[in-house]
Amino acid sequence: MISKTEMEIVRALQEGLPLVSRPYSLVAEKLGITEKELLNAIRDMADRGLIRRFGAAVRHQDLGFTANAMVVWKAREDTVEEAGLILSGFSEVSHCYQREICGEWQYNLFTMVHGRTEEECRAVAEAMSKASGIEDYLVLFSMAELKKSSMKYFL
Amino acid sequence: MDKLDRDLLNIIQSHFPLTAEPYAELAGMLGTSAGEIIKRLEKLTENGTIRRLGSIFDSRGLGYTGTLCAMQVPPEMVEPVAEIVNGYSGVTHNYLRNHRYNMWFTLLAPDKKELGRIMEEIKARSGISEMISLPAVKTFKIKVNFHLMEGRDDQ
Repeated sequence: MISKTEMEIVRALQEGLPLVSRPYSLVAEKLGITEKELLNAIRDMADRGLIRRFGAAVRHQDLGFTANAMVVWKAREDTVEEAGLILSGFSEVSHCYQREICGEWQYNLFTMVHGRTEEECRAVAEAMSKASGIEDYLVLFSMAELKKSSMKYFL
Repeated sequence: MDKLDRDLLNIIQSHFPLTAEPYAELAGMLGTSAGEIIKRLEKLTENGTIRRLGSIFDSRGLGYTGTLCAMQVPPEMVEPVAEIVNGYSGVTHNYLRNHRYNMWFTLLAPDKKELGRIMEEIKARSGISEMISLPAVKTFKIKVNFHLMEGRDDQ
């Protein structure tokens, strides 16, 4: 469960940490708590999994990873777990999820593959197919980024 | 982007100091001044390399629920439909991909009921009923750090 104070901390922190010498002090002041209380609360929220990571969210497309592909896999139900572990072992894979299937859509494993070119992404997908033994897969490139934003919670 | 920018980004993607004066601490690690670190972070935020400084929240940890949706949007309707879809604050990512299901977006909401309500509303407002919802069953991997290597072309 999340407390009222924690919700306020989320609202404040999702605006980004201020670029002043004592940023936590500034945020804490606005929340009516002490700097120490805020730092402890952040650590506690990280321990409990409310904060996944404390750091910077970076746009990797600006860092030379210009091609990204969503590669989807039709894994057999009895081997999906093993396949998921194999696919997520690739360093080029940033995200790997098992998802529900829906109607005609039968691909149940999703991987985000990053590379410098589309060819590089395809080559990685091929290697992933060999490693996992899954031959039925699709490489879906992003033709356009229509939206990319950070989620704002408890608005 | 020079070596200091790269080193700074590499550190703060995973190890942002949770101490009273985080920028001074980063300055100590990198052999520069807190003022210089703040200046660099201002620049990297302004030019969009850093999307957000501070905490990356776990949507499920905060009690939110999410899904990945895909729609079949006729090419001539992509723009107006994207405008409808992107208007929801719970839609954080939206990409056009090379498949019959060409519009792929992530959707977050405080609960399943609200999630369903938004999906139905998007269908009604866009007039497109070909939409699938593929919620995650299991997360195998979420990696968000990209190591910047020396020698990569500066932009």
